Amino acid sequence: MVTRKQLQPVVRREERGLSRSGRIAVVLGLFAVVVFLAVFAAMAFVATEPPTVSFIKGHKAGSAVHLVAQTDGAGGTGIHPTWVSYQVKTPQSGKWVHTTLWQLPTNTRIDVTIYQFDSGGPLRNQQWGRVTGTTGNAATLTGTTFTVLNSYKRPVGHTFSVAALGINVPLAGVKTTEKGFCQSGPCNPGTQLHHTVTFSFKTPKTPGNYRFQCFIPCGAGHYAGNGGPMQTLGFMGGFLEVQA
Amino acid sequence: MSEHAGTSGRPGAGASTSSVAAGTARPLQDIWRIVGIWVALSIVGDLVFWFVAGPHVPPGDMTSSASGAQFDFNVLFMVALPVILAVWTYMGYAVIMWRASRPGAPEPIGGPRARSNLKVQLWWIVVTTVVVLSMFVFGTVELIVPAGAGGAEGPNPIWTPASKNVLPIQVIAQQWQFTYRYPTFGGMETSTLIVPDNTTIAFHVTSLDVIHSFWAYQLGVKIDANPGIDDVGYTTTNQLGKFTVRCNELCGIWHGAMYDYGKVVSKAQFQKWGTSTARATAANTKYLPPFAWTYSPTANGATGVTAANTSGQAPFSKIQTYGATTKAKKVVKNVQTSTTTITTGST
Amino acid sequence: MTLDVAPPSQMGSTGDTLPPGGVVHRRPWWMGQHMGTGLLLGIGGYALGHYLGNTIAGGYTHVGTAGENDVAIVLALLLGVVGWLAGVGALNYPLAKLAGREPVAQPDTQHWTRFFRFSVEHKTVGMQYLIAVLVFLFTGGLLAMSIRTELLSPTSHIIGPGTYISIVGEHGTVMMMMASSLVVGPLGNWLIPIMIGSRRMAFPRVEAFSFWLFSAGYFVILTALPLGGFPTGWTGYAPLQTQATVGMDSYLVGFSVIGLGMILAGFNLLVTIINYRAPGMTWSRIPVFAWSILATSALLALATPTLAVACMFGILDRTVGTAFYVNAHGGSSYLWENLFWFFGHPEVYIMALPGFGIVGEMLPVFTRKPLFAYRVAAAGMIGVALLSFFVWQHHLFQSGINPDMRPLFMLTTELISIPTGFIFLVGLGTLYKAKIRFEVPMLFALAMYFNFLIGGVTGVFVSDVPVDVTVHGSFFVLAHFHYTIMGGLVFAFFGGVYYWMPKLTGKMMNKTLGKVHFWMMFVFFNLTFFPMFLIGLLGQPRRVFEYAQGLQTLNDFSSVSAFCLGASFLVFVVNFVWSIFIAPQEAPLNPWGSLGLEWQTATPVPQHNFERIPVVLTDPYHYSEPGASPVADLAPTSFAEFAAVGAGGGGPIARGEP
Repeated sequence: MVTRKQLQPVVRREERGLSRSGRIAVVLGLFAVVVFLAVFAAMAFVATEPPTVSFIKGHKAGSAVHLVAQTDGAGGTGIHPTWVSYQVKTPQSGKWVHTTLWQLPTNTRIDVTIYQFDSGGPLRNQQWGRVTGTTGNAATLTGTTFTVLNSYKRPVGHTFSVAALGINVPLAGVKTTEKGFCQSGPCNPGTQLHHTVTFSFKTPKTPGNYRFQCFIPCGAGHYAGNGGPMQTLGFMGGFLEVQA
Repeated sequence: MSEHAGTSGRPGAGASTSSVAAGTARPLQDIWRIVGIWVALSIVGDLVFWFVAGPHVPPGDMTSSASGAQFDFNVLFMVALPVILAVWTYMGYAVIMWRASRPGAPEPIGGPRARSNLKVQLWWIVVTTVVVLSMFVFGTVELIVPAGAGGAEGPNPIWTPASKNVLPIQVIAQQWQFTYRYPTFGGMETSTLIVPDNTTIAFHVTSLDVIHSFWAYQLGVKIDANPGIDDVGYTTTNQLGKFTVRCNELCGIWHGAMYDYGKVVSKAQFQKWGTSTARATAANTKYLPPFAWTYSPTANGATGVTAANTSGQAPFSKIQTYGATTKAKKVVKNVQTSTTTITTGST
Repeated sequence: MTLDVAPPSQMGSTGDTLPPGGVVHRRPWWMGQHMGTGLLLGIGGYALGHYLGNTIAGGYTHVGTAGENDVAIVLALLLGVVGWLAGVGALNYPLAKLAGREPVAQPDTQHWTRFFRFSVEHKTVGMQYLIAVLVFLFTGGLLAMSIRTELLSPTSHIIGPGTYISIVGEHGTVMMMMASSLVVGPLGNWLIPIMIGSRRMAFPRVEAFSFWLFSAGYFVILTALPLGGFPTGWTGYAPLQTQATVGMDSYLVGFSVIGLGMILAGFNLLVTIINYRAPGMTWSRIPVFAWSILATSALLALATPTLAVACMFGILDRTVGTAFYVNAHGGSSYLWENLFWFFGHPEVYIMALPGFGIVGEMLPVFTRKPLFAYRVAAAGMIGVALLSFFVWQHHLFQSGINPDMRPLFMLTTELISIPTGFIFLVGLGTLYKAKIRFEVPMLFALAMYFNFLIGGVTGVFVSDVPVDVTVHGSFFVLAHFHYTIMGGLVFAFFGGVYYWMPKLTGKMMNKTLGKVHFWMMFVFFNLTFFPMFLIGLLGQPRRVFEYAQGLQTLNDFSSVSAFCLGASFLVFVVNFVWSIFIAPQEAPLNPWGSLGLEWQTATPVPQHNFERIPVVLTDPYHYSEPGASPVADLAPTSFAEFAAVGAGGGGPIARGEP
């Protein structure tokens, strides 16, 4: 049976070499190193998230926002330069930024222009050949208004789809064999082969993060095409961060 | 329980002989007390649960399978609660009455009688076996009688609804949205699920890429979407209302955002909605592949290699894989008995 | 490898024939073989493998268009593991044998640096495992904290959805890897030989090898995060697995490596328990903990190969374009689901049985009563282990499997609650008219019964197909298995750590801090996971980063409780560091008054455990039985010669029915 007097503290200091405060210091030091490494790793990890482009700063209430983006077969920058990706023009400096986090004001008309530089193919599900959720459920492709795109005849490079807002716009693809095909972004709409797609939609009144993605398997090289850029923020999927 | 504090232990009589004497005088006194507390707690707990919480247990009673799941859950809970309470009551009693720090706690008795008790062991095994087997019988009946209880029955369902008039709806899962095809409305495809009231529905769930799971929460339906597989499940609606559809199998980055909302509407409204939607989407429906139980999207070259399809193959395969012959007939029969005839999109 | 060659005259020495402090530093520290060199060679191997992969497979179009090279990553990880093993010296023996030379024996040492080296001494390996599983546990715990942080809000995101999925997968995988070795690794390796009266494990090198594989797995699975994570969760479902980016390779290689370690550890313990029992240690006398480890190691040895093979198929699919899991090319996504769960469900019991064993060991000590129905306990564990191979398809109830298989698997799944019920019979029977001392280990044991009951009963809900339609894949299931694994195994493990720490280190853990740790962990564990049953029933699937607005209150409650639960582990760390390193309290020889054989040895346990192989006289549960025989004769004269031959020759000790 146990007796409590057996549980007396016996510190064998002489065997350990370090005094108690010395040991405390060592433990705290090691602890600090571990915490530092963990925080450093976490910061480095989170820092791989793409930047946010704001269309709210400097935006006058009531006026429409003009959002200009491009879709490139290869983003050209960042850790995966060969991956297909969006680039968006900042309203402030007019520079192309490699990101899919776009901050938009609530309850505002957004006029979107997308320069589509990528090649295309048939849709996996022709349902996404319909234009929905935009003003008039239509979009323009190099000036021509359309509501449905037959992707078997007219290959689709990407779709701009915001599920929660019911928005879907197919973006027709270009031919890789034609002259001026953009091999690597950011591409130049002035000189390089592209389709210009425009459409407008209205942001909802409730703030929130509305994800957008693409419904064409454009993650080439990944099984069934939906890996890689399709599943990484900043490439083919992102958020419309609608804020008041 | 404090009134019992002194009775079983005989405070002051510390020697083991006195506790043996106490044990032989009323050997099962503690057990009867525990049983008494347990029975009281169980009856109260079960009654409170059944009448207060029971009717509100998810997923509600919008469909036959939802109310079936609710009923099953409640029945299982009625059994489970006494089981939990039995162990907790016993442990609680033990912790209070048989703790070493209780004044006058008797010395425990070791030896063969404390090491095993054949009668107790046998009864324990018999009772747990009976409980478990009756749970199994109950679960099996509740699975087979309501035609699979809203769960996935695979491509060859063996428990099918008695109704002759089953509405087939195809659920196509892809990364990261569900779309729904209505063979009864010319094979049109929509992004929202609208179903009629008082109708038995056969959900044919398939996937175009990875494994998803179609979970129509309030409908009490959960069916995995496997690529190349036509996974069938049945339910019968019996209430109007809205419901949520969520993807229930991790399918990649947007899994958490793969949800939409559907509606149960009256039959007349459903007919009206279907006809008008079919008209509105006709421009696109004609480009859709012919209605099939499964689609092989990679057959059209859309494998991610972004090149035009030069294979000469049809954009989508028409194959009806995995035991489709039997079912194709069945659905044709269903379609004939339902309100609108099937017309596949033509290209 | 002195264990094999120690002359009989030295047997039973406590290691004091070695120079004090031990001498292993024959070479300068940076050339010796330890964790540092292992890390260096591991990084070197990684770089080499990456280079090789890019050289031989860089031209593949499949690889090229993805902008990533799975061949390079897999080779890098594999060579990294080989480098790690070579660096720590795990390959010295086989390589020397291959080269036809006699391996250089490393002297056993009691110097503290032995914990950073390849040691074949089972107590050293046990301590190494203990630290490693704690590192795994806390890594997984930090990841859990970030999951709960993200779930504080239904729609606004603190971490992005891709990062979130990576963290969810990483948390699950790290925790599963940890939990499958949580008890078997540290306590199994440390205690089992002593409990059964053996001087060593059956295969000391295999034992050490399994540990260094386990630790390599930690680094491999961590590489997933910088490589971009894997989107599949710990279940790694196949088409998504095939589609994922290179982070998936870390999962597949990591699970293969860990799996190999689990197989080796399982076989080793199995053989040890069967063949290395002391004379008189009959099957009806081995401690119930040994029964649980026996059942667990049988599962490890028989179930884990399926996982390793499934992962290798996955690696082949991703690197050289086979199609085991690709439906479009003749494979089947069901194949992975079946292979994975054929391992995965026994795995669940790998993570439950050792907990049963630990509480079975502690209850008699703290109630001063014999273990009730010992044979039923053993039968329950073996029964669970056997049945666990016949239940895996209940994970596929909604997947579209052959529908009439579902009643069968409903039956087998519910049947498994009968042998699990035995464990409760044993516990409750032992508590009957007992004298319960609420020491910290006992609190954990009682909490294990409390939690596992909830986990087990909700398991019946999940196994019932109609109810499963609603709860499958939801937070209900998540709560259910956290109640069994964390509420069961992790609670039992901490109980075991508090209980055996005086034996393992000779130091007592602080009782007050222990109680603070227990109550925080118990209360906040239940407050964290109980709401999850409701969250799941109310319609929240697992692994989502967005959920219904109405569920925010419950989720936030759960998150805040989870942070407090996390804090309770800090209390443990403080207790551990304080009680072991900073202000060590010398523990009495047998602080809990246990009759177990392991408590009859000296502390610290001599290098070869027993001076003479003990002759076991009875089982270790004769509490409150005046006149009961002692558990073993620790200095048997008649068996002296026999014992020396048994340990010195390295052969199995004959079972000792006289």
